[in-house]
Amino acid sequence: MQDIVKNFNYKKILSDKRALVILGIVISIIGIIVAVTDPVRFQILITSVSEGSFYALAALGIGLLFGVLRLINFAYGDWVMLAGYALILPSTAVTSTLIIGSFHPVLIVLIIIGFTVLLSVLSESTVFRPMRNTNPAIMMIASFALGYVLQNLTIMIYGGRPKSAGIFEELTQTVDLAEGVSVPLLKIITIGVTAVLLILLTLFLHRTRIGIQMRAAAEDFRMARMLGVRANFVIAMAFVISGFLASFVSLMYVTQIGILTFRMGTPIIVFAFIATVIGGMGSLVGSVVGGMVVGVSSVVLKNILPGSIRGFSDAFVFGIVIAILLARPQGLVPAKSARERV
Amino acid sequence: MSLMNSQPLESVLKIVNTVNGTRIEAETPLLKAVREVWPVVINGLFLLVIVSIFYSGAMKVPLTEGLIRVSIVVALYIFVGNSGILSFGHIAFMMIGAYASAWQTCCEYTRDLFFPGIPTYLLENTHPFIPAIILGGLLASFVALITGFALMRLSGIAASIGTFALLMIVYTVYLRWQTWTAGNSTVTGIPFDTNAWNALAFCVITMFAAFLYSRSKFGLALRSSREDEVAAKAAGVNVFGQRLLAFVISAFFAGVAGGFYGHFLGTITVPSFHLPLTFITLSMLVVGGMQSLSGAVIGTVAVTAFLQLLRWFETNGWIPSSSADVGLGIVLLLVLIFRKSGITGNAEIYYPFKPDASASGSLKRQS
Repeated sequence: MQDIVKNFNYKKILSDKRALVILGIVISIIGIIVAVTDPVRFQILITSVSEGSFYALAALGIGLLFGVLRLINFAYGDWVMLAGYALILPSTAVTSTLIIGSFHPVLIVLIIIGFTVLLSVLSESTVFRPMRNTNPAIMMIASFALGYVLQNLTIMIYGGRPKSAGIFEELTQTVDLAEGVSVPLLKIITIGVTAVLLILLTLFLHRTRIGIQMRAAAEDFRMARMLGVRANFVIAMAFVISGFLASFVSLMYVTQIGILTFRMGTPIIVFAFIATVIGGMGSLVGSVVGGMVVGVSSVVLKNILPGSIRGFSDAFVFGIVIAILLARPQGLVPAKSARERV
Repeated sequence: MSLMNSQPLESVLKIVNTVNGTRIEAETPLLKAVREVWPVVINGLFLLVIVSIFYSGAMKVPLTEGLIRVSIVVALYIFVGNSGILSFGHIAFMMIGAYASAWQTCCEYTRDLFFPGIPTYLLENTHPFIPAIILGGLLASFVALITGFALMRLSGIAASIGTFALLMIVYTVYLRWQTWTAGNSTVTGIPFDTNAWNALAFCVITMFAAFLYSRSKFGLALRSSREDEVAAKAAGVNVFGQRLLAFVISAFFAGVAGGFYGHFLGTITVPSFHLPLTFITLSMLVVGGMQSLSGAVIGTVAVTAFLQLLRWFETNGWIPSSSADVGLGIVLLLVLIFRKSGITGNAEIYYPFKPDASASGSLKRQS
């Protein structure tokens, strides 16, 4: 017994992948057991998992691009924002009129997907393609500049005032899951959509030729190129998928809040970015894990912190980020190429 | 040896000696000093010329704001330029400095309304402007010291993200810390103590500090770690310690700049010290060339001037309203795409005159 105590080394556990997985599973099981015993806690569980899957999707869109291109794409939040604005009539009037947003739901989803994919491919060909192989920090500033252009274009076209955009309003109704547990339908749909998208994406990345090439490029871009992966095609594909994910993020977000502002992308990108960092930059599994950690911890902290410091919950989330960076700078599920070589 | 200079002007510029019939020209001590800190001199003169030309009526406000921006970007350069780590946290230091100075100088009669939680000493006493902003800067560098102990252990992109988390933490805390910062509401009534001339003086002081630091043994050690961290460590550079030092110094200047900013606007709010300001200052640095002092100054002046020009077009109705920022963003992108190392290409402005032969070695030192 004394030996175990003496040999207990938290750094060793933190750096061992299997130990972390077991730790994660144990924490989740304890969480679920604690949650199902009490309706209020169960509600918190649903909300936090839904928040977590939302951030997982957003983080995946960023993690994918980082893996292939070393690009931290701050314009991602503005793609999400523009996809929301695409729903309404372009005008600076005080009241907003839904155009695309009043179509049939399937049509809305398809048009918004097409719009964001087009937007992200355009961003790639105009801004990020000429900047390839630049210092990641400079590319990050460039993505900010792109976001700045997009935000101010939005102000130019739609005006700076917040606009209402109620789509899929029937989804915001609450449903009773069990005795005393009622959650908005949207939360459950968010979890469902994320699960479906993740399964589709996993199948795509593991079963198709392009997907395997993309994973190879995310792990080690140079090596992949030497083995015959076409760089331009893979990068373009990464942008297509990133835009595709952004459209779902946007639809879920707009449905939930029902209001458009030109700054609405910022909180999404901040948390999604943090999620990719926690998970391990460039690792796709890591992005999903990181998104879950961020979403769940922010909801749980908001609920369990005592009232006087509840407002500070974001500060605690970012404190966790710094702690994880210090303990595991490479992230929870590091990409294989993340090791810095000398 | 005999001094042969007769004209007074020439005696300032050069000393002319004749040794064994050969004419030898040498620099006066003054000129030597000017050459040693040439980037500071030329950039200071540049700013002085701009201020002297445009200092009138409506231009006073954008001019002063521009000068404060220059000192923020130069403060950012002290850390980012020398360590190569992009810091998102400096706007947090600026906010800390701005609020700390406001606690000391703001609104004698309504201070307990805005900041009911601050100590009684601060509630009852008002400090003059200069000590107040210096104390604000010291508080910012103290926070940098504490947080730097953790953050500066990270390197590369992880360190940048750590500073990002720092910005978010400080931002959230200030937003929620109602009794010290008035939370979401605006603090008004800060005396308007900043003007173009003291902002310019602070700019020059910041540039001096930045330049002397980057040429000191500490700055050179940090620069070596920027080029190759492993090699620097192998050569005995304490990378963590050097980064921490630069972080603390640059946080001090960012904090004082925040004090200037608060006393320039007369009002401060927490949300104004967030991502937009962070990114705009960082892009000024990158556009100018983030590894040189001249880059920091020229980048800020270029971006500010360009934006002012577009705003002027906008008010005259030559371009559609609120398109100035779109134009600025596009130009930022173009500079980043076509001139990746910034306008100055990361170089300092060279000393244009020929120094004496014995000093040629020191010219090569300029990066």
